[in-house]
Amino acid sequence: MAAITMSDIVKRYGDGFPAVNRVSLDVQDGEFMILVGPSGCGKSTLLRMIVGLEDITSGEMRIGDRIVNTVAPRQRNLSMVFQNYALYPHLTVFENIAFPLRLAKVPGDEVDRRVRDTAALLELTEHLDRKPAHLSGGQRQRVAMGRAIVRQADAFLFDEPLSNLDAKLRGQMRTEISRLQRRLGVTTVYVTHDQTEAMTLGDRVAVLRKGELQQVGSPRELYEQPENLFVAGFIGSPSMNFLPATPSGTELRTPLGTLRLDDQRKVDAIGDRRIVLVGIRPADFEDASLVSHGKRARGAVVRARVDVTEWLGNELYAYVPYEAPEDVAMRLRDLSRELDSDQLRTQAVVALDPSSRIHAGDDVELWVNTARLHLFDPSSGLNLTRDEDAVAALAAQSDASREAQRAAQRTETQEVPPIDPD
Amino acid sequence: MSVAARAAAQPSPSPSSRAELSDRSRSERRLGLLLSAPAVAVMLLVTAYPLVNALYLSLFRYRLTAPDDRRFVWFANYATALSDPLFWQDVLTTLIITAVTVAVELVIGFGFAMVMHRALFARRTVRTAILLPYGIVTVISAFAWKYAFDLQSGFVNSWFGAGDYAWFSHRWASMLVIVLSEIWKTTPFVSLLLLAGLAQVPRDLGEAATVDGATAWQRLWRVTVPNMKAAILVAVLFRTLDAWRIFDNVFVMTSGQQKTETLSFLTYRQTITRTAIGLGDAVGVLLFLSVVLIAAVFIRGFRVDLSQVRGDR
Amino acid sequence: METARSKWLWAAGSLLILVWTVFPILWIVMLSFKQPGEIGNRHGFLPHTWTWENYRTVFRTGLFTSALVNSIGISLIATVVGVTFATLVAYAIARLEFPGKRLILSFALAIAMFPVVSLVGPLFNLWRDIGLYDTWPGLIIPYISFALPLAIWTLSAFFREIPWEMEQAAQVDGATTWQAFRKVIVPLAAPGVFTAAILTFFFCWNDFVFGISLTSTDNARPVPAALAFFTGASYFQQPTTAICAAAVVVTVPVVVIVLLFQRRIVAGLTAGAVKG
Repeated sequence: MAAITMSDIVKRYGDGFPAVNRVSLDVQDGEFMILVGPSGCGKSTLLRMIVGLEDITSGEMRIGDRIVNTVAPRQRNLSMVFQNYALYPHLTVFENIAFPLRLAKVPGDEVDRRVRDTAALLELTEHLDRKPAHLSGGQRQRVAMGRAIVRQADAFLFDEPLSNLDAKLRGQMRTEISRLQRRLGVTTVYVTHDQTEAMTLGDRVAVLRKGELQQVGSPRELYEQPENLFVAGFIGSPSMNFLPATPSGTELRTPLGTLRLDDQRKVDAIGDRRIVLVGIRPADFEDASLVSHGKRARGAVVRARVDVTEWLGNELYAYVPYEAPEDVAMRLRDLSRELDSDQLRTQAVVALDPSSRIHAGDDVELWVNTARLHLFDPSSGLNLTRDEDAVAALAAQSDASREAQRAAQRTETQEVPPIDPD
Repeated sequence: MSVAARAAAQPSPSPSSRAELSDRSRSERRLGLLLSAPAVAVMLLVTAYPLVNALYLSLFRYRLTAPDDRRFVWFANYATALSDPLFWQDVLTTLIITAVTVAVELVIGFGFAMVMHRALFARRTVRTAILLPYGIVTVISAFAWKYAFDLQSGFVNSWFGAGDYAWFSHRWASMLVIVLSEIWKTTPFVSLLLLAGLAQVPRDLGEAATVDGATAWQRLWRVTVPNMKAAILVAVLFRTLDAWRIFDNVFVMTSGQQKTETLSFLTYRQTITRTAIGLGDAVGVLLFLSVVLIAAVFIRGFRVDLSQVRGDR
Repeated sequence: METARSKWLWAAGSLLILVWTVFPILWIVMLSFKQPGEIGNRHGFLPHTWTWENYRTVFRTGLFTSALVNSIGISLIATVVGVTFATLVAYAIARLEFPGKRLILSFALAIAMFPVVSLVGPLFNLWRDIGLYDTWPGLIIPYISFALPLAIWTLSAFFREIPWEMEQAAQVDGATTWQAFRKVIVPLAAPGVFTAAILTFFFCWNDFVFGISLTSTDNARPVPAALAFFTGASYFQQPTTAICAAAVVVTVPVVVIVLLFQRRIVAGLTAGAVKG
């Protein structure tokens, strides 16, 4: 087991375009690190550089205390689960899992024992003699994982391993991977573009955009204290709403109405900017008619016309179109395109209580939780209201919970025979 | 576009109901047979009748030069052929030529396929160039190699310091040149088939094996080759049958001299040149049977899936 | 990982393939520009003095010019007829449900494996009996039948790729099966048919066994057969250079077709060879 340390990693292709640009990232020993970002952000390239399938243009890649920039993949002692699983179609499940051991010339009975242990762990024992073509998607996925864990690799790398499964199976395999990783305690780097995987699996999440690292932090930190417009928009579903606003004193004039800022820290953060972007998560809106009087005073109420509603049972989404100045609208369109979202118009999405009686076409009153709004600089995209104290608290909290989980897992593991006692 | 939309809206009538044929499926059957008729007729005319005819005539002692002296001799012609050392010498010659060309072509062809698969340098040019030998008339390829090794016109002797060595006066030297010309002409076909097979092996697999700790050599033998077995077998099957029927090169280069006569050439010499119809047809039938045998071995023994292969020559 | 060194190795491999494929052709071209008298005196690769004489000789030789006409005519007719037949069969196999369709495919495959020489004797007799010996149809018919398997397999592989719904849509729109074939499938299938035509033409152009066995005069004798019996302008001179000039002449169409349709030929050669 080992930590993976990347400093100033650059990947430049023949055309000079940097697919990965000056990324520095520490994955600690035993940590579950998620690389996330829209397609083409360089997350897979970065993963392939860790494992050695792509050359590193510049920068330094360390696994443990070894610099591996020029080390061949087979000498890095990492294992990887590919998006399409890359199972060898001509080999049985047994031989697929045994493959890395066979290459390492491990003696036959040892191979047999380890493959059977792994298969038992992944509930594959009854399928050992079958060929991959005869397995279901979930079973193939498990074989791929079996091949990854059968040898004592220093780290596991996953390249969007669940993207070919249907929604239900994806949920199952997600918890499976999480449990396995906690149990084995092996350093893991996991690439995904799926929100839920990123938020639930990782100890920490690294958000990439156009080859550049945007923010690294616990899922909570990314959600609550995003560093910039991109991270704020990328993390969370539906995405955070961004409204252009002109500040005047403690008030913000937005296309939906005027919001008053109670927090002096936020007012100060605006400085002398003539225009800012207000970021409000859909969940921070409420149907004003359902909000208690006391709570109502702690936020702002705006009037808006609802265009479309979607009732999902546990939630109600309402879409509120608004007008924005052309340059801001363009900026928001660019952002939405970058986030792989197909939202073309400037509209706010609000998530309301399902008991709300709001209908499409209604003029409604919406309550906004102003305590939780973020302010962004429209040109640089930086979050002006990021609270470093809160960030530090969150980090401490997530470390503590991780340690607790580890400890719990360790006691549990002692009852189950370990895969390979050495 | 509206066509496609409408097609999607209208579920296709399934041909599964066998019990009572609808008008549609009846007309479909009729059309199917009708469309196949001309091609099948031509193929039958040129193969079935002559084959039956050859089988029949091979049981006679019959020379075109003496048509009246035609006698039914049962399998005497086969006995004559099979007991003649010349026949067995020709079998051996054919066998050697086949084995050597197929083996060498497989190796070189695989190398070429790898190069075409991986190299970015002059990619299009290479793929165009490799079709040239395929397209060139076999007889011309035979002439090119014959003249290159010829003492009078060739450059090989002076380039490689072979002095006055007369290639076509020695059995093995002549065979070597024959084999060379055959390899040159047909390796492209092999390499293109193998290239298609190579392209079917997902890139992932190689990468996965790399991460699993395989060297380049191990990747080739443990991952790439097993996964293109189908393409390799198809290439070997067609090339084996092709080489087994080798004729053009032998005719042009040695006319079967220096014990380079092949089975095809023997058949040709008996039926056309010597006009010994009965005996020639017997050799022809034996050649035919040997081809059937080879094909059967491949299809049964190596389980080449016939639905995956197609004819070529 | 593509290191710089392996890149150079692959490039070297490409170069090797180029040399391999082009060198013998270049050799034939060089020979064709040598003076007939140079043969036997000089053992070089390049001509000592370049001359067009061989080409003049070749085009003045009746045997060659008639063989060229025969080859072109016979190959083109056999290609057109053969590909037409193959298109019909391949369409039926790829698109229609009818009994015996696997049988036809297997039969075609069997013919592709057939030792042609085994049939030449009986065909020789049959053609003499019915007057096809030494005539164009006498070669066209065997060419068609032996090129058919290749064309059928290539075409049915191509046809399987054509979107089936299009034809059904046409049928729903009121077309008969035949109209659906003619108006919808033919335009979609044209590239495949064209590829099959190229391969069939190569096959006919390349034939030698039938050419020497089923002809005896310049009535129908095609170029490869004529070359084997070519004696040159004078019986006292080696025909080497003249043969090479003739060889270059018949290779030109091949080179042109390869240059123009490289992609299609590769697709055709490998279509259906390996299941996708």
